[in-house]
Amino acid sequence: MSEYKIYLLVCGGTTCKSQAGHALAENLKTEVKNQGLSDVAQVVITGCFGFCEKGPIVKVLPDNTFYTKVKPEDAREIVEEHVVRGKKVQRLLYKDPKTDKIITDPEGMKVYKKQVRIALRNCGAINPESIDEYIARQGYEALGRVLTEMDPQQTIDIIKKSGLRGRGGGGFPTGMKWELTAASKADQKYVVCNADEGDPGAFMDRSVLEGDPHSVIEGMVVCGYCTGATQGLVYIRAEYPLAIERLKTGIKQAREYGLLGKNIFGTEFSFDIELKYGAGAFVCGEETALIHSMEGKRGEPTMKPPFPSVEGYLGKPTTVNNVETFANISSIILKGHEWFSSIGTEKSKGTKVFALAGKVNNVGLVEVPMGITLREVIFEIGGGIKGGKKFKAVQTGGPSGGCLTEQHLDIPIDYDNLIAAGSMMGSGGMVVMDEDDCMVDMAKFFLEFTVDESCGKCTPCRIGNKRLFELLEKITKGNGNREDIERLVNLGNVIKDTSLCGLGQSSPNPVLAMIRNFPQEYDAHVVDKKCPSGVCKALMVYEIVAENCVGCTACARACPVGAITGERKEIHTIDKSLCIKCGACMDRCKFNAVIVN
Amino acid sequence: MAKIKNLADLRKLKDQLKSKSNLGDKGGQHEDLVQVKISMATCSIASGSREILNYLVDELEKRNIDATVIQTGCMGYCYAEPTVEVTVPGKEPVVFGYVDNRKADEIIEKYIKNGILLEGIIPVNYQKIDE
Repeated sequence: MSEYKIYLLVCGGTTCKSQAGHALAENLKTEVKNQGLSDVAQVVITGCFGFCEKGPIVKVLPDNTFYTKVKPEDAREIVEEHVVRGKKVQRLLYKDPKTDKIITDPEGMKVYKKQVRIALRNCGAINPESIDEYIARQGYEALGRVLTEMDPQQTIDIIKKSGLRGRGGGGFPTGMKWELTAASKADQKYVVCNADEGDPGAFMDRSVLEGDPHSVIEGMVVCGYCTGATQGLVYIRAEYPLAIERLKTGIKQAREYGLLGKNIFGTEFSFDIELKYGAGAFVCGEETALIHSMEGKRGEPTMKPPFPSVEGYLGKPTTVNNVETFANISSIILKGHEWFSSIGTEKSKGTKVFALAGKVNNVGLVEVPMGITLREVIFEIGGGIKGGKKFKAVQTGGPSGGCLTEQHLDIPIDYDNLIAAGSMMGSGGMVVMDEDDCMVDMAKFFLEFTVDESCGKCTPCRIGNKRLFELLEKITKGNGNREDIERLVNLGNVIKDTSLCGLGQSSPNPVLAMIRNFPQEYDAHVVDKKCPSGVCKALMVYEIVAENCVGCTACARACPVGAITGERKEIHTIDKSLCIKCGACMDRCKFNAVIVN
Repeated sequence: MAKIKNLADLRKLKDQLKSKSNLGDKGGQHEDLVQVKISMATCSIASGSREILNYLVDELEKRNIDATVIQTGCMGYCYAEPTVEVTVPGKEPVVFGYVDNRKADEIIEKYIKNGILLEGIIPVNYQKIDE
């Protein structure tokens, strides 16, 4: 076996496959064989390119030619022209939809790369346990420049001009936050990194800490210099043992190199970092609750003001930023605020890391520029919905956010647009739901989480959410009525208005958004007592269709509770009072005689 | 015992490190070594990447291939864990997904030894900021 000269990569992602991508690959293989090129060219089916809109896609290596919308009958031309004659097939090259210009390599490559990695720049690229690898990729250069060439206010100005906003969800301008702490007078100040990631389905911060801990450490030291703090604290949940280990290793290495500790870079500035472990309470992601937890008190929020920038950890001015926010800092300083603010939308600059989860093909960690649409994230990068099912909704902002539907797919994602659409950016969880997901059940799922996680300090959150949950349970059990939906909305709004902290102020969001976006589904549950997605078991009725039943007894034998009766070769019946709705009979029946209503 | 006393120290160290081990940056001198990176975040390890790491380290040595095996953080392709990125000197990095021992064996025998790509390789779908 010798090395091939040309590789024809055919996208084997689900979407491309459904558009005859498979036949295309077969045709290419046949052509290569027929033309006696088996030793020269290899046809390879690959994973998803994340550019499904223009699929099926063929990429030719080593010259990086990118063919889009290729049909199976184009195989011959590609092999004859490109492989044999070395000429590109012009009509299949990607055309820029705006300029109609044919884009060839290497810029052509960038077109389909919808992700831009800033916070994740080193994740998956370097050994997270090696400070040398981080330094080889310009690590700590930003810190060095800041400490030796800039004063704190200049640095804060760069962060302010970059337009960076807090990546934990709220979207507060980072530079302004730093300026507020810097302006507070005190003998001791603190920098806190909020690594208390707790949304169901979110793992952005964990991935950054596990993949590139030094970027967070560097960002924290820069923040310390800007705000006048000498002590950094990372509040991280004990459920993240690997992240803790890598962070500890990173801190130890940085100390050995003199990048943490006294007189960093030979300056007067000293800074060190310590870890504080959380027990994994969702409310401790709220900054005042987080600070109380670090002080050894109960993780309960307090009223703001005073803001932590004035009175934070141990009563001293404290800057609290999220992991991802810190991971952005060094790139902004190295590449300039103009570069950073050139990415994104008018009011939301840079990129955002999302944990793409749920019913999409390419579940994963993605970092995209602000202003990208949900459609691009879900249907291009995410490769579309699993199993060719229909998209129904996407939950952003976790249990504090809301669901967005088909009609929101084309709005550019940024802090303000998501709020206007009735959801929020949140920390970056993105849970995709398809036609099989029930919106009442989903709302119940998120509320169950917030009920569990409510700290219990204020009444609206502690009792109100519990009542919301009970109402939803009533509806899924088939005992709901129209008034219950009204009650959900009224109570939800009261909880939002009267709760003490962000947890309670946002916990009714999922259910309110789902009622707003899917009123017909809620109606179906309370009026028709039906669950259109077939999720709420109490509303399902299994029945045997007499015309299809042949009396084979398979269903009766499969039933674990003996709810099916009937003689051989006679029509069977299900006793609804015994049926536990497990669906075993339906799976077993070969004649489509068991149906569910 | 601070090693880095000023910015010049850091830059010197950086240059030394860059020439010592090319970390996949383009334009630099490519080394003769094959570079194998394995995603080793919590989720990857849960999917079995530690076994793959051990397997690759052992097998590459047994088969006399000059290679460095490096653990990294999450590559982002969670659906295809464990993931492995291989950079053969002078070539673009290639990402392999759903790697088990059998596939790891194929990566060595087919791709590293003979330059034959495997079905299902994952196209890199993001822009790096230093490009």
